[in-house]
Amino acid sequence: MTDTASHVTTQHATGVARRRLGRVLTTVGLLAYFAFSLFPVVWMILLSLKDKQDQLTTYFAFSPTLDSYRAVLGLGDADAGVPFLRFFVSSLVTSIGAVLVSLLIGVPAAYAAARFSFRGKENLMFTLLSFRFAPELVVIIPLSVIYPQIGLFDSYTGMIWVLQLVTLPLIVWILRSYFEDLSPEIEQAALLDGYSRTQAFLRTVLPLVKPGIAAVSLLAFIFAWNNFVFPLTLTSSNAQTVTVGSLSFIGGNEAKFNFTAAAALIAAVPPLVLALSIQRFLVRGLSFGSVKD
Amino acid sequence: MSVLSSTQSPASTGGVPPSSAAGRVRVPRWRRRLRPYLLIVPAVALCVGILYPFLLGVFYTLFNYSATKPVPDFVGVDNYVTVLTQGEFWHSAWVTGLFAVLATVVETVLGVGVALLLNRSSLLGRLLEKVLIVPLMIAPIIAAIIWKLMLWPSVGVLSHYLSMIGLGDLTAIDTAGKAMFWCVVIDTWIFTPFVAILALAALRSMPRSPFEAAAVDGASPWFTFRTLTLPMLWPYVLVAVIFRFMDSLKVFDVIYAFTQGGPGNATTTLQISAYLQAITYQRYSFGTTFMIVLWAIVYVVSMVLVRYLGRVQNRSAGK
Repeated sequence: MTDTASHVTTQHATGVARRRLGRVLTTVGLLAYFAFSLFPVVWMILLSLKDKQDQLTTYFAFSPTLDSYRAVLGLGDADAGVPFLRFFVSSLVTSIGAVLVSLLIGVPAAYAAARFSFRGKENLMFTLLSFRFAPELVVIIPLSVIYPQIGLFDSYTGMIWVLQLVTLPLIVWILRSYFEDLSPEIEQAALLDGYSRTQAFLRTVLPLVKPGIAAVSLLAFIFAWNNFVFPLTLTSSNAQTVTVGSLSFIGGNEAKFNFTAAAALIAAVPPLVLALSIQRFLVRGLSFGSVKD
Repeated sequence: MSVLSSTQSPASTGGVPPSSAAGRVRVPRWRRRLRPYLLIVPAVALCVGILYPFLLGVFYTLFNYSATKPVPDFVGVDNYVTVLTQGEFWHSAWVTGLFAVLATVVETVLGVGVALLLNRSSLLGRLLEKVLIVPLMIAPIIAAIIWKLMLWPSVGVLSHYLSMIGLGDLTAIDTAGKAMFWCVVIDTWIFTPFVAILALAALRSMPRSPFEAAAVDGASPWFTFRTLTLPMLWPYVLVAVIFRFMDSLKVFDVIYAFTQGGPGNATTTLQISAYLQAITYQRYSFGTTFMIVLWAIVYVVSMVLVRYLGRVQNRSAGK
């Protein structure tokens, strides 16, 4: 560094060159990863727009048609022979139902865990967390035996019940972290104003965590919607969902790649749209509240 | 407000303030004690409802219950002995472990790499960050279907174009190695964004001053990365690693849709084996035994990992 000025300029020049090289490498790296990440989705969109002949080609240029969407949803003349629209409704009903039940059970539990100390609190929280990590089939195999006996097989109720395994731990753990972020003084102020404990909760705490409740509900909905193993084993037709239904266009003796692509995209759209609306929350939601953005 | 609350009893348990002038009826102590329990009753009931089938499953493993044996005999620990002495279980355990380690390592390295690139805040990065989570939010089963279509022999887009550059052999899923390779690729496609968004959040929450000090001291980028970025990143990335590893141990959707455990039994992970045994062949007791053993493995692994996470977090918090 104590050398001549020319040395300093060369060093400066290499610094600039290195920074430029860094920018180029960053761009190349990002383009490479996102090509890998987005090409499959783009290709599915193209494939779903191809007709019966084009679906067996790998061209990027073709005359697009919405026929496969019509066929998959059973609209118009073209019917793929699979009640995909009904699967879609089942997915909606079971996922929304599961989230609502979880909110009803989970909000009080999360509040209790955040504000009170009581015996067995950590045991309860740990049991819920273990549901998140337990292999699903541990519970499913016995349920696949019990459900037909008690009339819950292939029913919305049965699916909503078992989906609690997915939605309840998420909702309780995330909401607990939201409640803990709020100062207890908020309720104390309301209590001093003469509100009962319940009123204090409903009028002061609940409005403050509403955004958190909304976000975690949407994420829970996404996980319930995307679940595959429960509807695969515990439903057959009535309560079957889109994740299982998407498989019905593969196989058989006739290739229906365009139908499969259309079905896959229809199944993927609701979670994608919801997820893009809660981007900022995802770090906290996906890490079960252990990482806060 | 702050003065008032400081005069109260350790109030987070919800004690009624002594100067409750609003004329409220004082809630008796026993009812206040009862409050949290009332709030958690539904959650506890639900936990019991979910633990019941689990315990029933444990009970099954002591019998030889199957569709052909609706009135089972008590067999004690025979199922466990059979499972642990037959090759099928150990093969599945090996496949599961291999998949979990490969997928977790690839996803972690790639995810941290993507996060570091996105953190350099270029215009391109800001645009792409918005679509980073797309594969993660598509159902894993749908993701597997998408890849299956792309890899379909001769008509799939990947099979077609890879064979044009002489890599056609790679897309024929006919050996154990290639089946495992593509299952890991699909899992990586889905879950790399998971690691990336956690790592990105960590990178953005890092304090500036150590990095400025390092720049003033003329530290090389590699030195800064190794001694500052990586140690600060690790507690966050470890959370992602734990989630990914635990989830990979119970992988089901991707493999079910993509290879169904094949070719042969090359990709039969433990959950796939249990599914085949219990649901397909309806050997309930035997299939459940697989799952109880897997459950025990997951439990032990999670205890070890979570304890390690606690140590790392304490260390990074300077305790």
